[in-house]
Amino acid sequence: MAPTDPTGAATASSRRRALTRRRVRSVAGTVLSLALTLLGLLLVTFIIGRVMPIDPVLKVVGDRATQAQYDAAYVAMGLDQPLIVQFLSYVGDVLRGDFGRSISTGQPVAQDIARVFPATFELAALGTFIGVVIGVPLGVIAAARRGGVIDQVARVVALVGYSMPIFWLGLMGLLIFYGMLGWVGGPGRQGIIYDGMVPNVTGMILVDSLIAGDWGAFRDAFSHIILPASLLGYYSLAYISRMTRSFMLEQLSAEYITTARVKGLSERAVIWGHAFRNIAIPLVTVIALSFGSLLEGSVLTEIIFSWPGLGSYITRGLLSGDMNAVLGGTVVVGVCFVVLNLFSDILYRFLDPRST
Amino acid sequence: MTYPLTMRAMLLASALALAPAAWAETPADTLVVAHTIDDIISLDPAVSFEFAGNDVNNNTYDRLVDFNPLDPDAGFQPSLATEWAVSEDGLSITFTLREDATFHSGNPVRAADAAWSLQRAVKLDKTPAFILTQFGFTADNVDQMITADGNTLTLTMDKPYAPTFVLNCLTANIASVVDMETVMANEVDGDMGNAWLNTNEAGSGAYVLSAWRPNEAVQLTAYEEYWQGAPEMKRVIVRNVAESSAQRLLLEQGDIDVARNLTPTDVESIAAVEGVTIQDEPRGRILYMGLNQKDELLSNPAVVEAMKHLVDYEGITGSFLKGQFVTHQTFLPQGYLGVLEEQPWTYDVEKARQILTDAGIEGGTITTRVRDLREYVDVAQTLQASMAQVGLTLEIEQMTGAQVLDAYRAREVPIFLGEWGPDYSDPNTNAATFAYNPDNSDEAAAVGLLAWRNAYEVPAEMNEATVAATLEQDADARAAMYQDIQRQYQAEAPIVPLFQRIEQVGLRDGVQNWWSGGAISSVMYRQVTKGE
Repeated sequence: MAPTDPTGAATASSRRRALTRRRVRSVAGTVLSLALTLLGLLLVTFIIGRVMPIDPVLKVVGDRATQAQYDAAYVAMGLDQPLIVQFLSYVGDVLRGDFGRSISTGQPVAQDIARVFPATFELAALGTFIGVVIGVPLGVIAAARRGGVIDQVARVVALVGYSMPIFWLGLMGLLIFYGMLGWVGGPGRQGIIYDGMVPNVTGMILVDSLIAGDWGAFRDAFSHIILPASLLGYYSLAYISRMTRSFMLEQLSAEYITTARVKGLSERAVIWGHAFRNIAIPLVTVIALSFGSLLEGSVLTEIIFSWPGLGSYITRGLLSGDMNAVLGGTVVVGVCFVVLNLFSDILYRFLDPRST
Repeated sequence: MTYPLTMRAMLLASALALAPAAWAETPADTLVVAHTIDDIISLDPAVSFEFAGNDVNNNTYDRLVDFNPLDPDAGFQPSLATEWAVSEDGLSITFTLREDATFHSGNPVRAADAAWSLQRAVKLDKTPAFILTQFGFTADNVDQMITADGNTLTLTMDKPYAPTFVLNCLTANIASVVDMETVMANEVDGDMGNAWLNTNEAGSGAYVLSAWRPNEAVQLTAYEEYWQGAPEMKRVIVRNVAESSAQRLLLEQGDIDVARNLTPTDVESIAAVEGVTIQDEPRGRILYMGLNQKDELLSNPAVVEAMKHLVDYEGITGSFLKGQFVTHQTFLPQGYLGVLEEQPWTYDVEKARQILTDAGIEGGTITTRVRDLREYVDVAQTLQASMAQVGLTLEIEQMTGAQVLDAYRAREVPIFLGEWGPDYSDPNTNAATFAYNPDNSDEAAAVGLLAWRNAYEVPAEMNEATVAATLEQDADARAAMYQDIQRQYQAEAPIVPLFQRIEQVGLRDGVQNWWSGGAISSVMYRQVTKGE
């Protein structure tokens, strides 16, 4: 490798240097592609926002404004500048950490997102947790006992999950578990008496109430989150259990499983010890993507449960032509997907027995 | 089989174990309201022009004159001003201010604060500024036109306007009195504190703003030093709940005291629930049909006349708008000075057909753009059906609110169906938009006038009558003038008022003296009590 190096030690050090160079290059490459991805995302969102037939100035000045007031707001919002100038100045601001001001809340977008993102994150995380804890075992057992009762149940569960409108299930859930049985809290993240009572640290009320040691607030927050999280969990479990099942079926028909069985290993050891270990890797990606989609796609759940999260923030922004809000929210979702991908990549390497 | 079921059972069991025993009952000194409050853009009274924003301002600020929430029909009453006198030439009004009022900062409320607040609103010139500038104030002259001296404030106007007109306008949100010292301490780049006031308040009202989380909640705390006495409700929490069914559930469960956006279906089913009552309150919003005079067909007076008979007033208010609108065929809402009670039009397809036949009109097609709100679309479809019976085809394009508004302001909506809410509590507010349009040309760009948006060339005498009514010093004579304008309007105008909005508020038993603001104002909380 390094013919000029006379000693083995030097060879080793140069190898290390080469390795470091490769790593740096790979990290730089990752960062660069990340930046380009986000830039592309911003550009597309920006263009969509500008071709949308919605006038953001009207949102600011309202129905009654005179033409002069309208024109003043138009200029103040920088809309008189050429599109490319608007875009570049926006990107410049973003690089300085300034996402601009939202026209529908009147507050800095960064501040808005800091408020709404933890709400969505908390909900999506619990939803994914429920989806994984139930969906993975369900998928594994369904595959192991293909055609059996569990498999049929899993099939029905997934089918219902795919076909049932989420707002209908949400409203039914509220009606039954909140309205009739009174088991869970109603719409919103907290009961009224706890509103604003727990000091804001992470923005995730479950976590914050634990930090504050306020057990009552925790119980209250849990009772509010459990229903929407179960609903999201149900949808992600429908997806996760299907994926788990098909991964497992693929493994169970592989030769090494037959070998293991011939060797006399117990069925439990074959399924969980051998086959499951091999599907763990693709499963991580499935779960990460499922989590990502809950982060951006739980709009209807947020509306039904009056959940002040990112999904409803972006949607509301879109409907009122509030492009700063939409772009800011999109960047956050984009970063989440990139991070999740990166995270599953790393786990891949960590879990894959072939990588060292 | 057992594994997943056990997991589920465990989750359910844990939810059960964690759930507090009883959800019901809001604290006795706290009023909890569910409302859609996602329209708040700014809490600066010189800027705010949305319903929910005005609801907040109305409780955190005082004005020189105001309504008594326990007797709104009495009209404007003394508030920060204890009395006022009109000068002989009618050009000036001098207000005497009370000396026992304080701002939330502890500063006394002085006439200088009140004068500065009005000057500030004129100079900032945001959308609602016209409510003040219609009296002749401009950024350049306002410092001389509105002056403070000791505990008196003098308004000098460019014309001798009707005192009722001026005082009604002073009940508007934009006339709120702000704490000059506090606001100026937060001034940035000469914005007169605008950026700061967007999210903060500096008033002397019955409530202090303790938190506003956009699209989420507004929290108010009672101002114990309030000059009219500390309000009974120590906390008011307004939660943004978008879904009517969610509001209904919260109300049934007792998690909220007041639900303000219930659909007719939810009102109907909640009316039977024990512990809940529905309170009907006429609001100022008028649902009307604008017939754009740029459209060849619609500019024919016979078509305008026929259209007035093609609206199934009773059918609509009896079915999908049930309880939320009443038939109202004039541009002044119930509750306004000079409102006309007459309802000249009935649903009569035969009559409409006859009018069209007599005018030699044999059908035609009109395209319209309707905001994608269920109730507007339903009205449009009902209209479509009755128009079809006389050979007129209505093509409906559904759009978002912002899109329709954009097209409407560009005079591009042939038949407009939507609502107009008054801007202040004086009849001029609607007369000046429905029945006044001095220049109907495209260049005039009078986008704020409904008459202009529908290209309605208001007859000269109606324009003049509308202006004259703002100068009539005698209130009764003034009311009669507005009735004359409305009669002429009903006879010929192509903008057809159809219904007036009713707010159906769901209240828990025990909530007393709730007032949403009626047709003339915004909600007030200071008089609300919760007994058992």
